[in-house]
Amino acid sequence: MDKVFHIAAHLTIQNNQINLNGEELYESNAEDFISFSKEVYKYLEIDYPKFFKMDNLSKLAFLGAEILLRNQGLNDSDNDIALVLANRSSSLDTDYKYQQSIADKESYYPSPAVFVYTLPNICIGEISIRHKLYSENTFFIFESFNAAFLTNYSTHLLTSRKAEKVLMGWVEYFQGEYKAFMCLIAEEGLEVFNKEIIKEIYTK
Amino acid sequence: MANLKEELKTKIIETLNLEDLTIDDIADDDSLFGDGLGLDSIDALELIVLMDKDYGIRLADPKEGRTIFTSIQTMADYITANRTK
Amino acid sequence: MTKNSVYISQTNCITPLGFDVTSNFEAVLAGKSAIKLSENYPMFDAVPLGEISNDEINHRFTEISPSQDYSRLEKLLILALYPIIKEKKITDKSILILSTTKGNITLLQNSETIVSTVYLGKLVQKVADFFGFKTEPIVVSNACVSGVLALSVAKRMMQFSDYDQAFVVAGDEVSEFVISGFNTFQALSAKLCKPYDKNREGINLGEAVAAAYLSKEKMAKNVAIIGEGSVNDANHISGPSRTGEGLFRSMQSAFKEAEISPEQVGFISSHGTATIYNDEMESIAFERMNLHRVPVFSLKANFGHTLGASGLLESVLSIEALHRDLVLPSLGFQELGVSKPLIISEKVQSKKMNYCLKTASGFGGCNTAILFEKVKNNG
Repeated sequence: MDKVFHIAAHLTIQNNQINLNGEELYESNAEDFISFSKEVYKYLEIDYPKFFKMDNLSKLAFLGAEILLRNQGLNDSDNDIALVLANRSSSLDTDYKYQQSIADKESYYPSPAVFVYTLPNICIGEISIRHKLYSENTFFIFESFNAAFLTNYSTHLLTSRKAEKVLMGWVEYFQGEYKAFMCLIAEEGLEVFNKEIIKEIYTK
Repeated sequence: MANLKEELKTKIIETLNLEDLTIDDIADDDSLFGDGLGLDSIDALELIVLMDKDYGIRLADPKEGRTIFTSIQTMADYITANRTK
Repeated sequence: MTKNSVYISQTNCITPLGFDVTSNFEAVLAGKSAIKLSENYPMFDAVPLGEISNDEINHRFTEISPSQDYSRLEKLLILALYPIIKEKKITDKSILILSTTKGNITLLQNSETIVSTVYLGKLVQKVADFFGFKTEPIVVSNACVSGVLALSVAKRMMQFSDYDQAFVVAGDEVSEFVISGFNTFQALSAKLCKPYDKNREGINLGEAVAAAYLSKEKMAKNVAIIGEGSVNDANHISGPSRTGEGLFRSMQSAFKEAEISPEQVGFISSHGTATIYNDEMESIAFERMNLHRVPVFSLKANFGHTLGASGLLESVLSIEALHRDLVLPSLGFQELGVSKPLIISEKVQSKKMNYCLKTASGFGGCNTAILFEKVKNNG
C-alpha cells in the first residue's frame, strides 16, 4: 500500500495577515508589503540582517519558511527538507525594477544586488542558506496554484527517498499583491497529505 | 574629507540596505568586509557601481576593489584622488 | 534499468551552429564556436555572444506555420519541438515541460502594458496550444540548472504518474537584460571563454533551444535516465560553495539511485562556465566524488552560456557523444587552472562506454547531476 504522508504545519500570508495551521498568528495595518514584512521580521525576533537585502518575493518566502520551520523543533541535523515552490509571476516584480535601471541609456547603472533577484529560485536559496538545508529544490511556474502536481511531486520526493520532509508551497508577489501558502510535509502531522486537502486549505 | 566620509557612510547604509545602522555605528577605520561590517561579494560589486555612478570612477580591474574598499577611510582617500564627478 | 525506467529516444537542438543535432555535433567535433563579437548592443562595445540568425528563424518558421504571431523565443521553442512531435500522437497522457530562466523578457523593454506571454505560464501554454497538448504544461525556472532539472522532473513525473510521454523543451535568448546583469557582476569575458583554464576570465553569453522526448518505451539508440539529484549549496545566492557541497551531494544522490560507481562513467559534461569560482568549485566536487580520473569537457566555448537552455542543449550533445562512444573536446582549454587534478578533454577521443554524467550549477546555490545509460542494441 502506498505510504501516507502528513501535513505537519501550514501557513498562509496575505492581506497583511498570517495564518498558521488555520489560526491567525499575526495581523497588521501596514501600508505596504515592505512595512508589513519588516513588522513581521521584528515580531518574530529574527536576527538576520541579510533579510533587508532581499527582494519582496524572497522576503515573503523567507518569512513563511521561518514560521513553519521554527515551530517544528528541528535540530541541526534536520536538513533534508526539500524545497518545492511555485508561483505565477516568477521574479517579474524584480524584473521590472531591473528593467527600469537599464531604461535610461544616459544614466546606466544596473545594480548587481537587484539583478541577482531576477530569478525566482533565489528565494529557495535564501531559505536553504538560513536553515542550512542541503536538500532537493525546484521552482515551478504555473498560471495558478496546481495542487495536484505539487502534491504528487512532493510525495514522489518522499517515497523515492530523495527527501525526508518537503516544504512545499506557492509564493506569489507582484507589485504589491502577494500570497504565500506553504506547508511542511512529513511522515507525521496534523492532516493527511493529499491534493484535495491541500486545495481546500489553500482556498480558505 | 570629513563630509565625503559621512556621505559615503550614508550612501553605503542606503545602497547596501544596512538596516538599523547609523553613520555613528561606522568608524572611519572599521573593516568593511570580513569581521567589520561583514559585507559580501555582491556588496563589493555594488560599491564598484557606486564609485562609477556617484564619483565617475571606473575601476580598470575590479580586483583593485579589495584594497580600495578596506574601510571608509581608504575609500574616501581613493575617491578624493580619482573622482571625476 | 527497471520496468519503471524512463528513456530519451529523440532529441533536437538549435544554436548559431545549426538547426539540428547532427550539424551542432559535427561543429563541436570540428572545434567550432558560435561566439562572435557582436555590435547589436550599443551599451556594450564588441561583446562576445552566440546569436542565432533572425532570418533563419523566420524563414524556417514560415515553413511550419502561416502565423507570425509568435515571439522570437516562441518560434525557436516550436522549431525545436517540431521534428520530435510531428509524428507523435498527443494524448491526455502527454505532458510538455519548459525550462527557461527569463522567457520573453525582451518584451519588457517595449511595453507600456504587460504583454501576457511575459508570464511563463502563458508562454508555455502558447507553445502547448501550437501542438494541441491537452494537459496543463509545466515550467521549471531554476536558474542555469533548469535544462537538466527539467529532464529530472520529466523522469520523476513519469515515475509517479500515468503520463507516458514527456516533451521537454528548453530555451533562453541573449538580451540586454541579461548582458547588462552579468556585466554588472563582472562575469563577462572580453574574449572567447576558457573553462578550467589558468587564464579564464569569465563567461560568454549565448542563446539556444533544445528539446527531448521521453517515454517508457525502451528502443535501440535510447538512453535511460538512471539517476539524478538536485541539491542546494546552502551557502550564498550568487557564489558557489567552497566545498562544492551541493554539487557533490547531487552527484551522490544520482549515483546512489543509479547503483553504479564513478569509475564506470565515460565522461563528465560539466557546467564549466569559465568563471574563477564555478570551475574551481566543480573541480573540488568532482574530486570528492572520485571522478577526477574521468575526462571532463565543457561546451560553453562552443555555444556560450545559454542559461535555461544550457543544461538540455549540453545533455543532448552528450547523449549523442555517448551513442557514438566519443569524448568531446573542451574548447578554450589550454592549461589547468583549478586546484584539483582534473583531466580536461583536449581533443575528440574514441572510448567505449555505457554511462555519462551531466552536471550544472546556478545562481541561488542550485546544482544538478544526471546519469545517462546507453541502451544496448539487444536490450
